[in-house]
Amino acid sequence: MPLVPALLVVLALFVYPFIYGLQLSVSPIGALAKGGALANYAAFFGDPRERLSILNTLRLAVPVTLLDLCVALPLAYRLRRPLPGQRVITGLLVIPMTLGTVLLAQGMIQFFGPAGWVNKALLGLHLVTMPVQFVHNYTGVFLSLTIADFPAVFLVLLGYASGLDPRLEQAARTLGAGWRQRLWRVTLPLLAPGIAAAAALSFVATFSVFPSAVLVGEPAGSTRVIALAAWQAAYEQFDYPRASAIAMVMAAIELIFVALVLTARSRAYRGPTIGGRG
Amino acid sequence: MSRAAAVSQARGRPSPRRPAGEGSAWWVYAIVGVFGLLVAGIFLSAFLNSIASTWFGGWLPDAYTTKWYRFAASEFDLGHVLAVTIVVGLAVTLISLALGVPAAYVLARHAFPGRAALLMLLVLPMLVPPITYGIPLAAMLYRLRLGGTLAGVIVANIVPAIPFVVLIMTPFFEQIDPNLERAARTLGAPPLRMFARVLLPIALPGVLAAGLLILVRAIALFELTFLVSGAKSQTLVVALYYTAFAAGIRPSQAIDAMAVVYMATGLILLLAALRFINPVNMVIRVRR
Repeated sequence: MPLVPALLVVLALFVYPFIYGLQLSVSPIGALAKGGALANYAAFFGDPRERLSILNTLRLAVPVTLLDLCVALPLAYRLRRPLPGQRVITGLLVIPMTLGTVLLAQGMIQFFGPAGWVNKALLGLHLVTMPVQFVHNYTGVFLSLTIADFPAVFLVLLGYASGLDPRLEQAARTLGAGWRQRLWRVTLPLLAPGIAAAAALSFVATFSVFPSAVLVGEPAGSTRVIALAAWQAAYEQFDYPRASAIAMVMAAIELIFVALVLTARSRAYRGPTIGGRG
Repeated sequence: MSRAAAVSQARGRPSPRRPAGEGSAWWVYAIVGVFGLLVAGIFLSAFLNSIASTWFGGWLPDAYTTKWYRFAASEFDLGHVLAVTIVVGLAVTLISLALGVPAAYVLARHAFPGRAALLMLLVLPMLVPPITYGIPLAAMLYRLRLGGTLAGVIVANIVPAIPFVVLIMTPFFEQIDPNLERAARTLGAPPLRMFARVLLPIALPGVLAAGLLILVRAIALFELTFLVSGAKSQTLVVALYYTAFAAGIRPSQAIDAMAVVYMATGLILLLAALRFINPVNMVIRVRR
């Protein structure tokens, strides 16, 4: 079967490491070795600073995902039909994909910095009297993730929106549905799978990324995200079992989120979505 | 509303109530404009800094130079890092295509019990943050003495690339008329030959598109390379992160120069990818 090689690779490099990590996480080492199998988890949840990293992560990942969805959804819906300058618009929205975390961070430090263009403009317009601090705090990471994550969310939604059969909305209109009714009863339910997919992918991305939390954030404080906690355990304290435990907590949170999104999606609409894209 | 409605009325189409999303689209341009301004501002800030010899407080740099690019090339061993990046990107692309394309074909053509579960398993690495399996994977690779090597970096990056190939290629194969395969089979072509001579040529645009996108992603993917690579097997993103992380040691202009080189690499690949595919067709609905 041609499936076998791909399957073997996924089993060997994804499923096995996952199980290995799970096993590592319940075999604590060092000071925690006597604490029993769950000592790593107990240590993580028992330490307020570590526990806080979950909150720090969610405080970024959830609003970023929501904001990107709210901006990308109307755009994708409108852009499924040609508009003057369509290619330029799509290109502009997709290009940040290539910026990379570091260029984005470096650029943001300049652009939003105390002597950067944004603060110059704000000062020049007398909107503020002191330079506003946009970077090296929560705002910096929030902006960086929102920009970096937008293209993927937009592309996923655009794919689904252009698969919508326009006849369904026309039918709803013929039957006398107002735009509000069409939006809530026809369009959004039909787009639910796309919204769910985009939300899940965006959450994975924003949830696990930590370079921006370090470069434009406040890695010792408000933006010490859980991925950073895991990395520090693995590569600063060389405690792989503890790092694996944190990684497992991450995976659990991520899967809970995906499950929530999928539940919400099946509540929104059950049944076939759309036929071929034609 | 106003202008579009006026235009449509002038054309004699009585449609005062146009469906949402068909009327004037000023808000699309407004959002795109703000977004573009933000991205352009961020990019230009970094780019101008990378060609500035000094930039003290003015709107623009005081004088320009190319020395930071030369500095970055020698100081960061840019040649070696670029070579590693290209080798890793190409190897990951080729291997994951070789693994993923046949799998996608089977998933597209055959209905069998457990198909949905298999598809889920193959797509799962995309739904889980890389760092969750990356840390144990790195531990495993170090135990196998692959940690820190080029081979280790390639192996680790294959994991998230396979779901991508499967997701892109499965609908692509679904679009191909099955009669072509039946014809080839009737004419006596063995399966492998049929795949190589009939299916692959038809699927080539899809394979190319998937390949380019994986290349872009493999170059941009940070976490796994970061966890697995050693000093000699860093890709450009990881090297960049280390330099930016240790900011203060190196001039920020040189970091910006390197970041601009990185963006140019990605941009060229992305534009190439967009020539082959319409982004609209990149997304796939999982067949239920």
